[in-house]
Amino acid sequence: MKPGSKLKSTVCDTEVMVIRAGEGALECGGAPMAADKPTEPGEINPDFAGGSQMGKRYVDADGTVELLCVKAGKGSLAFNGSALTIKAAKSLPSSD
Amino acid sequence: MNISLLLEMAAEAGPDRVGLICEGRRWRYGELLSAAQGAAQIMIEGHYSYIALLDESSEAAAIALFGAALAGIPYVPLNYRLANIDLAAQLKRIAPACIIGDVERAEKLDPDSGHCFLSRTEFVSGAQSSTPQASPEPREGEGIAAQIFTSGTTAAPKAALLRHSNLLGYILGSVEFMAADECDAQIVCVPPYHIAGISALMSSIYAMRRIVLLPAFDPDEWLHLVTKEKVTNAFLVPTMLGRIVERLDDGVAADLSSLSAIAYGGGRMPPELIARALEMFPVTDFTNAYGLTETSSTIALLGPDDHRLAQYSDDPAAKARLGSVGRPIPTVEVEVRDEDGNALPAGERGEVYVRGEQVSGEYRERSALNAEGWFPTRDAGWLDEEGYLFLAGRADDVIVRGGENISPEEIEDVLAEHPAIAEAVAIGVPSVEWGEAVGIAVVFRDPSAPLDEETLRTLIRDRLRSSRVPEQIRIVDFMPYNEMGKLLRREIRSLFQS
Repeated sequence: MKPGSKLKSTVCDTEVMVIRAGEGALECGGAPMAADKPTEPGEINPDFAGGSQMGKRYVDADGTVELLCVKAGKGSLAFNGSALTIKAAKSLPSSD
Repeated sequence: MNISLLLEMAAEAGPDRVGLICEGRRWRYGELLSAAQGAAQIMIEGHYSYIALLDESSEAAAIALFGAALAGIPYVPLNYRLANIDLAAQLKRIAPACIIGDVERAEKLDPDSGHCFLSRTEFVSGAQSSTPQASPEPREGEGIAAQIFTSGTTAAPKAALLRHSNLLGYILGSVEFMAADECDAQIVCVPPYHIAGISALMSSIYAMRRIVLLPAFDPDEWLHLVTKEKVTNAFLVPTMLGRIVERLDDGVAADLSSLSAIAYGGGRMPPELIARALEMFPVTDFTNAYGLTETSSTIALLGPDDHRLAQYSDDPAAKARLGSVGRPIPTVEVEVRDEDGNALPAGERGEVYVRGEQVSGEYRERSALNAEGWFPTRDAGWLDEEGYLFLAGRADDVIVRGGENISPEEIEDVLAEHPAIAEAVAIGVPSVEWGEAVGIAVVFRDPSAPLDEETLRTLIRDRLRSSRVPEQIRIVDFMPYNEMGKLLRREIRSLFQS
């Protein structure tokens, strides 16, 4: 995992780009994310089935990792087993 | 990281939504992405080092920007207003490039450097008909998204490099994906070779705010397009806003009721002009944006609330903030430092330094960042108690008279208040006694009724310290500006050398 790398869910359509990388495992839908999609998607863990939203940035509680969701899916994102949350967007007026 | 992500996401979320309108032609996000992929294919097959645009704004600018990104080569928008000799020098610096636009001129200026020359039509239709492999992965290359030659108002143009990480850092940090309503439209009228022209394409595409391109600025065309396309957002340099206000005062008909926000930047806003514009557009949100090429556009903002507060408040501090560029955006740090690089407290004037992901500070020749990653902007300024940044010209413009630092603005502001004076510029001139002394160039409103030199000196002497009184005075018919409204001080300086 390094900033700029793209990871895909192995259980749903979710894709993310890493903005801030940290030591640990990124998961989606309860399963580890991978650089490539498997031919047969796995099962979504019902505890991680809240879904991901395109264009949202996801962070862990400690601010170790930050992901940008570039494709939405049914699984929810997690880092080392803890669910990630949507980073509140700072609303700025359009300046260009 | 690659800025192609911005267009890919827009095309994924709304392939059939109109993303760009130019000269009546409407481009959907899906079409823009596939044209960019086609353009990348052409660049990869031709082994070009750069993709350069020598043209007014059109869809070709967006296709070339994102096509270059996918191909892993820098996009170089060239200034078509440059003199032949300067343009030829820039063409040689980017060989071998694929040059799009004014083919005839480019070929005449630099025929033997191995460039490929494509007219706008050839490039756009070639990009559309080229068949790249399905969703190609963007190439990394050197990681440089854009190379922009600086305007060189004080020295020879430098090749500023903006990396994908700088531009993405800026967009992802300041724009919310798909934040725009489907009816939102942004008019883009700055030339493609200006950083604001590039950032406008990226932020509008990421916000999915439809881009309405005006190929070259003209106030009547601008008013017509805003009316016709029900434009909601605009960015203008102060000179453009001035010309629009003038045309409205002349009675040109326009329906600007859709216009909810105007951002401005790129040069000093005259206080009378912004006051007039606020009156003229009472329900429009005004935002002043301060940024540089080397910082991927905006680093500080004076938002709509600050504008209203300044307009209606009696508090002198709030009023004065209309003359500021607002506060740094949350993703950058700004400091004002003295000549030794020490941070200065509020109220003290020094050089503006900035640090953040979007700050490149990098040129082809060298990086201007210091060891801690701070970029010295060469802009002079100060921060007030509330963190608002006030600019006071370029650090290089400071007049040093016998060891005393004099800001040209303090002299210019006094002169500008006199009704007979249309414009005044103060610069440092060589002085045997002081090393440097004050020189002023003045434009009178009525050239047949000028003030004499003694009156001009008295104006300054009555208001400022005697060190500010000009040693040399030149009367001119007009001040030299570049096409973006930037004052060319080096040309004024040359008036005093003869």
